[in-house]
Amino acid sequence: MTMRPDPTFHASPKLAMEAPAENFAYTLLLSPDFSKPDALAVIDVKPGSPTYSQIVHTVTMPNKGDEFHHFGWNACSSALSPLAGHAFIERRYLIIPGIRSSRIYIIDTKPDPTKAKIHKIIEPEEVFKKTGYSRPHTIHCGPDGVYVSTLGGGGKDGTNGPPGVFIMDCETFEVLGRWEIDRGPQTLHYDFWWNLPRDYMVTSEWALPPQFENGIVPEDLLANKYGHRLHFWDLRARRNVQTIDLGANHQMALEVRPAHDPVREYGFVGVVVDTTNLEASIWTWWREGGKFHAEKTATIPPEPAPKEKLPPLLQGFGAVPPLVTDIDLSMDDRFLYVSCWGTGEMRQYDVSEPRKPKLAGSVHIGGIVRRTTHPNGKAFAAGPQMVEISRDGRRVYWTNSLYSTWDDQFYPDGVPGVEVMANVGRNGGLELDKDYFVSFPDGYRAHQIRLEGGDCSTDSFCYPSA
Amino acid sequence: MFDGFLLLPVGLDWGHASPALGWLWLALVASGLYHGVNPGMGWPLAVSAGLMDKTPRALFRALWALAAGHLLATLLVLLPFAFLLVLAEWQRSIQLGASLLVIGFGAYRLIERHHPRALARIPPTQLVLWSSAVAIAHGAALMLVPIYLGLCQAFELDAGHEAAGVLMKASLGMAVLVSLVHVAAMISAGGCLAWLVYRHLGLRFVSRSWFNLDAIWATSLVLVGVVALAFNLASWR
Repeated sequence: MTMRPDPTFHASPKLAMEAPAENFAYTLLLSPDFSKPDALAVIDVKPGSPTYSQIVHTVTMPNKGDEFHHFGWNACSSALSPLAGHAFIERRYLIIPGIRSSRIYIIDTKPDPTKAKIHKIIEPEEVFKKTGYSRPHTIHCGPDGVYVSTLGGGGKDGTNGPPGVFIMDCETFEVLGRWEIDRGPQTLHYDFWWNLPRDYMVTSEWALPPQFENGIVPEDLLANKYGHRLHFWDLRARRNVQTIDLGANHQMALEVRPAHDPVREYGFVGVVVDTTNLEASIWTWWREGGKFHAEKTATIPPEPAPKEKLPPLLQGFGAVPPLVTDIDLSMDDRFLYVSCWGTGEMRQYDVSEPRKPKLAGSVHIGGIVRRTTHPNGKAFAAGPQMVEISRDGRRVYWTNSLYSTWDDQFYPDGVPGVEVMANVGRNGGLELDKDYFVSFPDGYRAHQIRLEGGDCSTDSFCYPSA
Repeated sequence: MFDGFLLLPVGLDWGHASPALGWLWLALVASGLYHGVNPGMGWPLAVSAGLMDKTPRALFRALWALAAGHLLATLLVLLPFAFLLVLAEWQRSIQLGASLLVIGFGAYRLIERHHPRALARIPPTQLVLWSSAVAIAHGAALMLVPIYLGLCQAFELDAGHEAAGVLMKASLGMAVLVSLVHVAAMISAGGCLAWLVYRHLGLRFVSRSWFNLDAIWATSLVLVGVVALAFNLASWR
């Protein structure tokens, strides 16, 4: 318990943008063949520092086979929620779930990120016993605790009951229990986020564990059996109030990115692939007249390619699908960054008009066929994947791994972990920074990035910017 | 209830009021101001409402709801004591019990420092409920009990020579008056702060205004209880 709110808590997105820039980036490392324990890398991102763009500290876990994916903070700007009435906690602990093991690590980043260490380990049995869920995934810090989404239900293969969200205490890290009271038609899960003062949550759908743990199941994909719906919830009543089906051909609706400014009642979601034409799409959802709506507002076409340049999985299609696997919205709600993991492109859309995204910038790097190298000449395996934006919107960081078994299907030559960064122009435009290129130790892939002091996919706000 | 309030000036014997009276009223107003400026009692909600709905009217609506909730909580806590005061021969036990209750709650808050985070699960549309839940959970309403009992004693509402009905009306009226004065002070302070932040100081002040008063708050509960206890013991000697 502190005497003052953490200085990295901000009442509005605007104040978050004006705060000092990040000095460190935390990045999750995974051992795709489970031969080594997964790890958290702490990277120096302070320009001018002698160790700039280098790993300055690594926290190696005591177990193998966790498969790190996403992670988050114990507390963020949502602690300033006027309803919580008590802002005296620190942004201090990183909560890292293993999506394969269901084990959760709590990492203490104080007194200094370069001395980060394990604070607590929550064993999988506790998660199973207290929630009936498995395979914890997305972490969001809420005013009343840490919310964790899961991808699996109970049982060995995670199909005994639907997956959902559970809550943990943000100081003791005790697993408190299931969040949902009435889940309605929701049976699949992936990402979630909310608008705290407007009191709603949005969740998306990926697949059940047998559909992803051993690799993508092509028959299921072509039969449109992956997730394709959005669920809208009354946040405090914990009730599913509306479900929107994007259409069965829109397979895998993944990252949900609501506008940061809580006065704006809209957001975005990315769809990985349209099974009728291999297109990827961006959808805008919004609330109007008490109802939620969603429409496809941008599409990215596949790129034709000769069979011999394609991995076996794609040879029958003669094209590379863009595979939009992650999207992220800048703090001022102006630019939406879209990772095209298949074609090897990072796109920047101007979404000032949320239902009319305009392509404002793009860089090519990696890709199944293009295999574009970094401006510094080094190879970049796979394509842009997990993307994170600095609070001020001037720097965009990304890594290249999607998920252990899927990496191997789309990029059979291997996916050595890399992290790069692009600088953003004042009015858009995107350019890779020649000096920022992080290679990770042999045998490790890199997944989600978290920036010191919060970033554009952690913090949620209870006051508007204006 | 309001019948009792209207009769209050008749029931009160202002001429025989004890010298502690001024201090008690002052304590009542001071506690109101103290609760009002505490962001934990809700003024930031009014700022948020005003900004979210882009109109100062929303700010004032929220302030009304916060005031109503705080009033509800104080009445909820004071009224049982108002009824108890009718049992004139038990008044000493009631006062001792009330003091010990406040001390006990303060001590509990000092030891058990975990904030009830579930308060954030009350929907933002139910501000009256939120405000009263917060006032009860933090012991804000409880803090008034010794002041209330002190005022009753100062006005000799506890004299025991009145008929039960008259006594009841007077003690109920006093409970309402104490609640209204306290809430008026509370919402004036909170309202001023909310307006200042909304119109002039800006949102940076929201995080700056939070000081962890948990220890001071708990200590002030204990203190109020101890003062009341000492006062009661001395007056019965």
